[in-house]
Amino acid sequence: METKVNVDLTSFRTETRKWLEDNCPLSMREPTKDPSQLYWGGRNGEFSSNDQKIWFDRMLEKKWIVPYWEAKYGGGGLSSEENNILNQEMGRLGCRKPHYNFGISMLGPAMLKFATEEQKLHYLPEIVEGKIRWCQGYSEPNAGSDLANLQTKAEDKGDHFLVTGSKVWTSYAEKADWIFCLVRTDSSSSKHTGISFLLIDMASEGVSTRPIKLISGKSPFCETFLDSVKVPKKNLVGTLNDGWTIAKYLLTHERQMIGGVGETDKKEFIRKEAIDQISKTNGILTDTVLRSKISEFEMNEEIFDLTIQRTMDEEKSGNNSGAASSFFKYYGTELNIQREELRLSINGFNSSEWNSEESENGKQARFFCRTKGNSIEGGTHEIQLNIIAKRILGLPSK
Amino acid sequence: MALIINEEQQMLKESTKEFLDSKSPFSSMRELRDNDFQTYDKELWMEMVEMGWTSLTIPEKYNGLNFGYVGLGQVLEEMGRKLTASPIISTVLMSSTLINLSKNEVLKTKLFQEIMNGSKLLTLAHEEGKHHNSNSLDTLISNEKDFFVLNGKKNFVIDGSVSDYLIVSAKDESDSNTLIVLVDANANGIKFNHKVHMDSRTYSDITFNNVKIEKDNFLSSNGDGFSILDKTFDIARIGLASEMLGSIQEAFEITMTYLKEREQFGVKIGSFQALQHRSALMFGEIELCKSIVLKALQSIDSNDSNLSKHASLAKAKLGLVFKLVSNEAVQMHGGIGVTDDADIGFFLKRARVIQRILGDSNYHLDRLAKINNY
Repeated sequence: METKVNVDLTSFRTETRKWLEDNCPLSMREPTKDPSQLYWGGRNGEFSSNDQKIWFDRMLEKKWIVPYWEAKYGGGGLSSEENNILNQEMGRLGCRKPHYNFGISMLGPAMLKFATEEQKLHYLPEIVEGKIRWCQGYSEPNAGSDLANLQTKAEDKGDHFLVTGSKVWTSYAEKADWIFCLVRTDSSSSKHTGISFLLIDMASEGVSTRPIKLISGKSPFCETFLDSVKVPKKNLVGTLNDGWTIAKYLLTHERQMIGGVGETDKKEFIRKEAIDQISKTNGILTDTVLRSKISEFEMNEEIFDLTIQRTMDEEKSGNNSGAASSFFKYYGTELNIQREELRLSINGFNSSEWNSEESENGKQARFFCRTKGNSIEGGTHEIQLNIIAKRILGLPSK
Repeated sequence: MALIINEEQQMLKESTKEFLDSKSPFSSMRELRDNDFQTYDKELWMEMVEMGWTSLTIPEKYNGLNFGYVGLGQVLEEMGRKLTASPIISTVLMSSTLINLSKNEVLKTKLFQEIMNGSKLLTLAHEEGKHHNSNSLDTLISNEKDFFVLNGKKNFVIDGSVSDYLIVSAKDESDSNTLIVLVDANANGIKFNHKVHMDSRTYSDITFNNVKIEKDNFLSSNGDGFSILDKTFDIARIGLASEMLGSIQEAFEITMTYLKEREQFGVKIGSFQALQHRSALMFGEIELCKSIVLKALQSIDSNDSNLSKHASLAKAKLGLVFKLVSNEAVQMHGGIGVTDDADIGFFLKRARVIQRILGDSNYHLDRLAKINNY
């Protein structure tokens, strides 16, 4: 039996490799230079090149936009082994993901677990097809780390909710078609109960957005204002007043995404750049202080990758190591921050250029600035350490 | 290969833990120390031999268990938890590993048998300076017609005070090749100076003055001395990292228990965020340690070409984390942590010594940079 499965997987790999080689346009195998080269779909989504469209259409036809979802939801129905093989083969060729959407990475997993069959059949296929681009409405001006303190109110008006409040740090809200929101549906109960999970069409009357300019000079985030927005009752996901359960589940996925679990394209980057930019004396980087810092960084990066692998292997064999998503979020973002800090040292004067052509409009400096948000978004470092201390180590509360 | 241990290895780990819980609790190492720094408990060692621990890594061809280094790693990890003092590092992890790489079949068969039945203890006499050094040796072997003569000084020899045989590295006086010879600890011309270190264990300085070596007692042949030593060191580094992993986890767990019991200002001190965050950081570092130790152990058994890299990653990382955790463990215990009554100080003292064996974290970070061509 096991042999047959192995044979099937081997032939799946061979076929997958051949299909990707035949179908992935060459320009879609090059690393992306900036986020605008990614396809995010949506009502106003535009392809940045013809190859990008070809690649999306072929993957859509192959059902590999979200290969691991069931076919009835627009997925390819691949087993986790097959999906791993597909990822490995795409990684091997350097194929870009054909479609980015918070509907795939965040809302989807929550819908699969908590939504009704009718909701899944309605919302999931249009995510896959790139028709609807989603954004997340969680944080509020007074509910950051203390997320459950959220105040956006949804009043029961019979056939609909009337939603009023404001959300902050909504990524790409100005480009999104729909937003999944945490709203307060019962203000009389305690902080964590009385929250519900609601889907809102951004085209509804009363929805507006305003971009937030970051220290990087860019604006990937918005504030989103909800002013007496009518939302049909059927847009509620899960149980009324039990949205916190969904929120927590979804945050786990967000942590993994920000922590970069599964990303593999950064290998050897720092080392190569250092060898390129700094001279060597007798085969050793001349800046020996920087050399030891790079060596320690690379050690941690390599061991972190092994830890992700070990955790996945343990989960497959039915044991949970307890190396929770909080740790991966903390450590993955920490490495990201350290990497950019080291790259500033490596590239010296050039690293701080802000808008010259040579610097690709200050790519490095702006990216460095952006990483400073990594230890804040999706739950700050301190929140992750609180979670580890309480949930894993069982340390007492006061 | 999946980064998990299999059922057999898990069983070995559990039976080791059970054995040590009853036969060698933490108090045992304290008793040895208080009994004039005794090196090891002979009866306990013979029981370990009967459990098969000295046969784990010996191939079937020599009647060994051929259980592999992932298995030995589980035993070492559990021993690290109790800081058990035994000749397993010197005799099994270092000597038996080196003998297995030798082409001297006669010596190999004889020594493996003596290691497996527990009749002899062996150790490796290699270091000559203040720091680990894997290539430049001042100890010399010269040819005198039918036999050879060994001259030089070795230091930091683990279990030198109890070993029956010394495996000595030296340079060939004629061509500077690295040679490895087996020397009887009682041979003429050998002088010992045994020194107790911070971890209550004994390490020996040894002087060799015209020690006669028979030509059958060479473990190296045809210039393979350097590569045998190199590989032995890498395997031993990984075994040491396994022991360190056990000690790190134990020190951390003892500390977490203390944080949940000790009260100050009317609350458990574990409720203070200043301690919680540092504890959470240590949890993460320990998760990293588990991954690299297992990966490195697997790369011994699978003959991975990245053995050296994994050995250095393991020894560098575990050294840094053992330092962090042993420091934090003492600090979080407060005053009691710096008393001899508390066990936690033993981890701090062991951390500082084991860090130095076969290269500290600095040595291995430098080596990693060299392996990666910068």
